[in-house]
Amino acid sequence: MAGAPFTMEVELGKIREFARATKSSNPGYLTADVPVSPATFLATAAFWTGPENAPPMEEIGDPARILHGEQEFVFHGEPPRAGTRLVGQTRIANSYDKRGKRGGSMRLVELVTEFRTPEGRLVAESKTTVIVTSQAPAEGPTAS
Amino acid sequence: MTNATTIRTNPTTWDELQLGVTAAPFTDAPLTRTDFVRYQGASGDMNPIHHDEQFARAAGFPTVFAVGMLPAGILATYATDWLGAANIRRFQVRFGEQAWPDDVLTYTGRVAGRREENGRRLVDVELTATRQTGGVHLRGSATFIVT
Repeated sequence: MAGAPFTMEVELGKIREFARATKSSNPGYLTADVPVSPATFLATAAFWTGPENAPPMEEIGDPARILHGEQEFVFHGEPPRAGTRLVGQTRIANSYDKRGKRGGSMRLVELVTEFRTPEGRLVAESKTTVIVTSQAPAEGPTAS
Repeated sequence: MTNATTIRTNPTTWDELQLGVTAAPFTDAPLTRTDFVRYQGASGDMNPIHHDEQFARAAGFPTVFAVGMLPAGILATYATDWLGAANIRRFQVRFGEQAWPDDVLTYTGRVAGRREENGRRLVDVELTATRQTGGVHLRGSATFIVT
């Protein structure tokens, strides 16, 4: 089940701000006229898109029991440069159960966001693996 | 982040990037709450567990802890300073132990694979972010196009 598509403008000022926040002094981000975006920059889309852009929470799990387990970005060419307009869409790509280290079960859910040009060319994919624990993370944190 | 001398001494060409070759490790300044807030502002992730002391304690933590995507982003900074911002084609991290204010993280990279695909040379690197305790905060990998 996929969320509704959203439009993301890859903005110059946000690239520079993000690069500084991740302790970069790389001119490829900070002074280039048309910089590429930092490798983890596309993760920011999740914080301003709406619930309609995410797959339904009931298909993912209780938000209080979700940990961010793993994150991956794949670029089909250079990372998108400032000024690029992207259309993103997030879907549940996979979900499976796994036995936890402390006993008990946990569910792993892989969410994939595809970022395409308005013409439909695939530019990048962001894959988030969340761990849905059988108890609240505060009782046994292993990840952030 | 790295100075010009470090960039020059790190291996960056196809011939230099043999299996097992490493980049100079980068040991960051101690993590601060300001680092967390600055990253949260830049990314839009306003989860209070990373900046609100009372909220973090009420949730059972001794204090606030790093938003995992901050060291993940610094690890990407380390990797792209080494092999080029425009050359990266894949970046992946798995989150391990949490990182806390005043933690000193050391970032390392090592060549783990080399291949040619469609006439392009690709190098896979293994990446880590390790706490001053020796505990692993992040284990990651990345792929770069190399000339």
